[in-house]
Amino acid sequence: MATDAQTNMAAEIETHELDVLVIGAGGAGLRAAVEAHGRGVKTGVVCKSLLGKAHTVMAEGGMAAALRNVYPEDNWQVHFRDTMRGGKMLNNWRMAQIHAQEAPDRVNELEDWGALFDRTPDGRILQRDFGGHRYARLAHVGDRTGLELIRTLQQRSVARGVEVYMECTIFQLLTSDGKVSGALGYWRETGRFVLFKAKAIVIATGGSGRCFKITSNSWECTGDGHALALRAGADLMDMEFFQFHPTGMVWPLSVRGLLVTEGVRGDGGTLRNGTGHRFMFDYIPAMFQAETADTEEEADAWYDDHAGNRRTPDLLPRDEVARSINSEVKAGRGSPHGGVFLDIASRRSADYIRRRLPSMYHQFMELAGVDITKDPMEVAPTAHYMMGGIRVDADSTAATVPGLFAAGEAAAGLHGSNRLGGNSLSDLVVFGRRAGVAATEYAEGREGAVAVDGGDVAEACAQALSAFEREEGENPYTLHRELQEAMHSLVGIIRTQSEIDQAIDKIGELKERSGNISVEGNRAYNPGWNLTMDLVSMLTVSEAIARSALARRESRGGHTRDDFPGPDPGFGKINHVVRRADDGTISVTPEPLPEMPAELRALFDE
Amino acid sequence: MTDVTMRVWRGDADGGDFRPYKISTEGGEVVLDVIHRIQAEQSGDLAVRWNCKAGKCGSCSAEINGKPRLMCMTKMSSFEEGQAITVAPMRTFPIIRDLVTDVSFNFEVAKRVPAFKPKPREADGTHRMAQIDVERGQEFRKCIECYLCQDVCHVIRDHEENKPQYAGPRFFLRYAELEMHPLDTNDRRTIVREQAGVGLCNITKCCTDVCPEHIKITDNAIIPLKERVVDRHYDPVAWLGRKIRRRS
Repeated sequence: MATDAQTNMAAEIETHELDVLVIGAGGAGLRAAVEAHGRGVKTGVVCKSLLGKAHTVMAEGGMAAALRNVYPEDNWQVHFRDTMRGGKMLNNWRMAQIHAQEAPDRVNELEDWGALFDRTPDGRILQRDFGGHRYARLAHVGDRTGLELIRTLQQRSVARGVEVYMECTIFQLLTSDGKVSGALGYWRETGRFVLFKAKAIVIATGGSGRCFKITSNSWECTGDGHALALRAGADLMDMEFFQFHPTGMVWPLSVRGLLVTEGVRGDGGTLRNGTGHRFMFDYIPAMFQAETADTEEEADAWYDDHAGNRRTPDLLPRDEVARSINSEVKAGRGSPHGGVFLDIASRRSADYIRRRLPSMYHQFMELAGVDITKDPMEVAPTAHYMMGGIRVDADSTAATVPGLFAAGEAAAGLHGSNRLGGNSLSDLVVFGRRAGVAATEYAEGREGAVAVDGGDVAEACAQALSAFEREEGENPYTLHRELQEAMHSLVGIIRTQSEIDQAIDKIGELKERSGNISVEGNRAYNPGWNLTMDLVSMLTVSEAIARSALARRESRGGHTRDDFPGPDPGFGKINHVVRRADDGTISVTPEPLPEMPAELRALFDE
Repeated sequence: MTDVTMRVWRGDADGGDFRPYKISTEGGEVVLDVIHRIQAEQSGDLAVRWNCKAGKCGSCSAEINGKPRLMCMTKMSSFEEGQAITVAPMRTFPIIRDLVTDVSFNFEVAKRVPAFKPKPREADGTHRMAQIDVERGQEFRKCIECYLCQDVCHVIRDHEENKPQYAGPRFFLRYAELEMHPLDTNDRRTIVREQAGVGLCNITKCCTDVCPEHIKITDNAIIPLKERVVDRHYDPVAWLGRKIRRRS
């Protein structure tokens, strides 16, 4: 029970009462908020940065949807099949089905809201080739599709009057009687606390790439939603599966990890090792042999004629390509700065490259001094995307705690063990919308006042401020760097039991030391303190990743074990569910995959 | 590794000054890398906004040696050895702390833009647009909302009093994009003239100069917008027509 002092403290905190609170203003969060607001419930969105800066802006290549504008042979069944095979069949089949069925409507809806996609010669939405997609399927705007998505949703939100609470970080979810009742946050500008009482909460906080040293992710991607949900009693799932995007920049050092779109390969670029050899032909896995070209001639002919040729191995799913690059570099056949070459200059005209890949051209020219219309790029894998996340119901996006919903990268299930490029942006709008619908319905049906325990609030606030009270303690930046190095070298692209064990020990040590962080200055816009708060999430998520990785004694998708190099049929039937006990210990439990209905199973028999 | 001295503005709404930080830098680094190292090693509470560190989100706007620029796209190698480097917050917006400013003005202006209103879909359920027609709007939609154009625009940089009646270059881009959108049916020309204040812009092209996306803001957005507004309001035939209609 709360003491009087605690109740008073909670009463003094700035408080907003909402029906639906959305945490995160990327593609999924904004789509959820637009939906809930449009359905007439009182809706608010909180985001750690300014509106329009979420990591969605970094998405480049496009959003996958079987619009059938370029290949009429395409349909949702083919998209579904590609998605499941890309995820090595560990996906939640129902999510993959919903996603493939609804993505075209969501793309068209964006057009009705002002998005300007590239066009086919007859004026419809153009689609581009991407890894793992049988047909050219990605609606896109050059190589800045994410910016188009976020701007369209941002402008829709503003036009509709959705309430947005910017530069506000949520650090604690509140529950009462086992249901979600609110969220506690602080304003970056002042450091003051703010309480949102809400009947339903949608988590759309994106990924956790900042746990790793070389990453394409921005400072915001610290796995807050995963950690908030886990601490509130929700299940996480598939946390061992982390996607290393095959092509991140490697040079100069300061831009190491920065994303190079798969669109470079979709538009004709090819990977070569240090000797100039197109090595992807050496790494075609059995699962994809039947549909992958085995000669350069056939691969090159495929770009213009998908029906008469098999696809280039440059466009195998990302997990395959990332592992292949890693092997080439390890074998000493890399490029001068420890990557491989990605060459489009010798294969497409300068005009074509500048038109199709304007931001890649700009990025390499300004940051690396490389003209990609003349010279090859140097690339290597970079920590990019969390396939795992909050365990949700496929149709409603409901988490395992009543009143809590999750969509986008924060949720698990759709992508299985490996996400196909282009399936993220469509995921955001398909499941963002569904989360908005379900959260609204839940909020409307919820009876009684939403209660928040003053004691919980006071305790969380006191804990949040403790770093200001210590002196000469640990430096949060140092702890973050040590965590990133440990995760990268010990739980990175290639894993093995002894190293994962070491990582778990290291995370334990860092958790201990994080209790002794001291920060300088005051609460107003203080990045050191903000990082201290984010570290709580990153340590929790890192532990969930490491423990899940330890439990999966096989290699599959975004989880490669040196000590168990092949897939294991037994592990192919289970997801790992992560739970947290009251004392803070994190456990991993195998649970069987939901069974796919026969008519969908038949799609894999061909 | 070379040593540089970076002079970074520290302070808040009540005032502040430039403080020198001696720090080492290595090949290929940008100003934002060095700011991050100052945070990690010397001053953990140095306030700075950033997100993507790739010139795609428009968060890390500042004035570097007096020029409005993105910190993540300004290479340390662009300075001469021994040259003083100063980093200051954008001047047009109120200070929050250190390099962070209150850019809420822009979000308020955004709310006043009448929304996109598309014409109905074709009978086959599609919207048909030619690539060449979407490219005009696509140039403007490259905008990353760094607000450097707003920062440099002297209409508001030097005249705070103009802010209530001036949308600024970023939003002239937005108006131009909507006006040229092949599907849009709203007419915003009166608003552009009367509330967004496009007439106050005297086309000095400072906004185009600082745009990190190299959008030709003045030539491709503002001037055509001025022409459309003029056509609407100062075309003598249309003016006569309106007069006559009003009388009858």
